Formats: sequence, C-alpha cells, structure tokens
Amino acid sequence: MQVIWDGLREGLRMLFSGDAYLWEIIMLSAQVSGVALLLSAALGVPLGAVIGLTHFPGRRVVQALVYTGMGFPPVVIGLTVYLLLSRSGILGPLNWAWIPQLFTVPAMVLAQVIIATPLIIGYTMAAVAEVDPNLRLQLRALGATPHQVTWTVLKEARQGVIVALVGGLGSIISEVGAVMMVGGNIEGATRVLTTAIMLETRRGNLDLAIGLALVLLGLTFLINLTVAQFQRKSQ
Amino acid sequence: MSSAPLYELRQVVKSYDARAVLKVVALDIHPGEILAVVGPSGAGKSTLLRLLNFLEFPESGALKYRGQPIQPDAAPLSLRREVTTVFQRSALLSTNVRRNVEYGLRLRGERGRQVEIQAVIERLGLTPLAHKPAQTLSGGEAQRVALARAIVLRPTVLLLDEPTANLDPYNVGLIETVVAELNREQGCTVVLVTHNVFQAHRLAHRVALLLGGSIVEIAETQTFFESPHDPRTSAFVKGEMVY
Ligand SMILES: Nc1ncnc2c1ncn2[C@@H]1O[C@H](COP(=O)(O)OP(=O)(O)O)[C@@H](O)[C@H]1O
Ligand SMILES: [Mg+2]
Repeated sequence: MQVIWDGLREGLRMLFSGDAYLWEIIMLSAQVSGVALLLSAALGVPLGAVIGLTHFPGRRVVQALVYTGMGFPPVVIGLTVYLLLSRSGILGPLNWAWIPQLFTVPAMVLAQVIIATPLIIGYTMAAVAEVDPNLRLQLRALGATPHQVTWTVLKEARQGVIVALVGGLGSIISEVGAVMMVGGNIEGATRVLTTAIMLETRRGNLDLAIGLALVLLGLTFLINLTVAQFQRKSQ
Repeated sequence: MSSAPLYELRQVVKSYDARAVLKVVALDIHPGEILAVVGPSGAGKSTLLRLLNFLEFPESGALKYRGQPIQPDAAPLSLRREVTTVFQRSALLSTNVRRNVEYGLRLRGERGRQVEIQAVIERLGLTPLAHKPAQTLSGGEAQRVALARAIVLRPTVLLLDEPTANLDPYNVGLIETVVAELNREQGCTVVLVTHNVFQAHRLAHRVALLLGGSIVEIAETQTFFESPHDPRTSAFVKGEMVY
C-alpha cells in the first residue's frame, strides 16, 4: 500500500516539476498517437462511408474483412509489420526511402494505423448505415452530387463518426504489444507511455510507472471530455 | 399547350425484382402546367416521380427532358438540378430551419442569396422558427420547411409526392397557395402526386389516373372530373374504387 502512495506522490511530483524523461515520453506519445489517428481517420472515415453507403459486388466480403480487422490481435499486426520491415523480411531489403525502418517512429505509426483503421472504418460504416435512406434520396433530389451526399450523411452521422475516432484513438494510445515489437522501446527515440510503463514496472521503478500511468489515464480522460463537450454542442 | 413538351415518356417500363411496376406508353408534360397524378397506393406514382427527378432510370423506353434523351445514370448534373422533389415524409437535416432551407443553394455554391432565402422563409411562415432545430418541428412545419428548401432553388420542375398527406387544413391551405403562386408567377412546372382528388381538382390543369403502373386516363381537370372516358376514372373520382 505504502508503495502505491509513494508512487503516486512521486509520479505527480515528476509530472509537475517538468521531469525531462517523463515529458519526453509524453510528447512522443502525443505525437505518435496524433499522427496515427490523423492517418487512420483520413483512410478510415471515407472508406467507412463508401462501404456503408454504396452497393458494389463483394461488399459483404469487404464488410466481413473489416470486422475481422477490428478484432485482429495487435500483436499479430506487430509481428506482420515486423516481418515486412525487417532486414530479412519482405519490404526491408528493398531499401526504398518511403518504407519505414524498423525501430523508428514511422514503423510504430504504421502498426498503429493498421490497428486503428479497421476500427474507424467499421464504426463509420455502422454510423452512416443508421442514417435514413430516404434522406439520401432527398439529398439527391435537391441536387447533391455523390460526394455531397456522402459528406452530408457523414455530418448527419457525426455522433457515430466521433465515436469512431475516439475508438480509434483509444486503441492507438493504449496499444503496447505491436508498438514494442516494431518500435523497440528505445529511450529518447521510440519509447512511448505504454511501453515505458511496462519497462519501469519491470525495473521496479513503480513511482515512475505510476506517474506515467496517471498521465495516460488523464490524457484519455481529457480526450473523452473534449469529445463529450463537442458532442453536446453538435446536438 | 403549343410549346414543345418538357418531358416526353414513351414505352417507359420500370421494374423492381423483375416485376414491372410502371408501364407508361406515352406521357408528355408541358412547361408551366400543374399535372396531378392520382391513383391508389402501389400504383407507381412515387416511382414515376423518381424517374422524373432522374433519381432512377427506366429499363426500357425513352425518357426525354427538354428534348434530350436521358441515359440511365447519366443525367447531367445541370439538368438534374432543374428538378427537385418534396417527398411525403420530409427528410430534414439535423440542423436548424434556416440551414435546411439553404441546403440546396449551398450545394450549388450559392450562399449569397440571403434576401431570397429570407423571402421564402417568410412566405412559408417560418420566420419565428428559423433558428429552431428541425427535429423539434411538427409535421406541418417540417413539410413547410421541405417546400421552402425546394422552391428557394427556383426549380424548373417541382415534383410533389403527397405533400399534404396527414396535414391539418391550415398547413394544407398554405402549401397549396404557395404551389399555385409558384406556378403562376414563375411558370414552375408542377407534378403533384396526391391521394386527395379534391386537391387535384383545386390545383391541377390536367389530371392523370395511374392504376397498376399504367396511365388509365389523362385529361384536362374539368374533363377528368366531369366527363371521363374510362369508367375506372369515374369510379375513382367518386371514391367507389375498391383497392
Ligand atoms: N425500391 C423498391 N424496391 C422494390 N419494390 C418497390 C420499390 N419501390 C416501389 N416498389 C414497388 O413498386 C410498386 C409501386 O410503388 P410506388 O411507386 O411507391 O407506388 P405509389 O407511390 O403509387 O403508392 C409497389 O408495389 C411497391 O411495392
Ligand atoms: Mg407513393
């Protein structure tokens, strides 16, 4: 019990005294998660809208694939990205400039995008499917182009789209296995909140681990609070 | 009716699941007229309006608009935007009344027409409701918003699908007055689908009876009601039709 209280106090002290090690990890986490969310949203929201709104051959198969992707174990995605990027892997030996190197931030972002995108697609798909099909007919009757119909339906489904983004961010920010595998948890380079918590706990640095955990919790809470605020306004 | 028809339909067939629900041998709609389409439920009235708004396309036959043959899924946007529909269930956006009214203009990149928007809002008695969320409106108010949203576009053709079904007399009266004015003052062509033969009688220049997907009779309003050719028309007009 004493250990937890000490950890809490020390964690809070480090946080508010601007401890360099802690803050570096926080900033990197925010950066990695932010970029990963942006990319997966840019991919997932339009794809989800198109899959949810248009009828094309093979749509059911695509939907089944998306649902599979939503439940895919992140560690397996980590392993896949690892195998793709490693020197002895598939893409690694090609040495192309745009292929991320293993144990770098872009590799972590790649893994997180692969984890979060199916979630965002799936939630977006469900959200736009909730919008009355009669409304879509009405929008076309008012002269909307297919793009304008999609955009308006996304706005109508905004509550659900927000849930999609929060779900995506939640999976990104709490992800540890894949990020550990492809990022390597290198201090000052690829160490983020989750991997740092794991490491410091294992090292017995409970105060630091608790400080980091508090930040992670606080960050998640803040995000959700902002979203709730935004949702209330848009209602 | 000397001018060239606005719409020409010839041998138009529309099917769902291999069942033909609309078979129009010939139908011309003239610019500036109000054509009422009456008929029992399931006759194909709404389907006809979807074809006229280029939202769906016939499998066979010819549909011409302003002399141009309309190819399936290839109605040019500019033509499509000359026509609009007010549906029976007004599908409003979950935003306020004013933004709903502006919606079609925004789609066209025409946001500047504030005076016109205000005039239409005023005309439909929506001024006190302008900032209310559309979800909080009554059925009659919602339908007035739907009509405002359509007429602010100054459409060449206004398609109305049972626009006053289940509305109270005040709303019915207001909507009918605005439609008649729009037709008289702007020459807007109107196709009005209605269950209500009295409404057809009040508003239309011509009336068509649709039964089982086919036009049984189409005539000037007076002829349609007073001396129809088809016995089914007299039965329908007298409310004797069993369906
Ligand atoms: N999208 C659709 N899919 C299958 N059947 C349809 C569809 N729309 C209309 N129908 C059928 O076509 C027939 C005509 O419908 P409709 O045009 O809505 O008639 P009305 O408007 O005169 O009541 C009905 O039998 C209806 O069930
Ligand atoms: Mg109908």
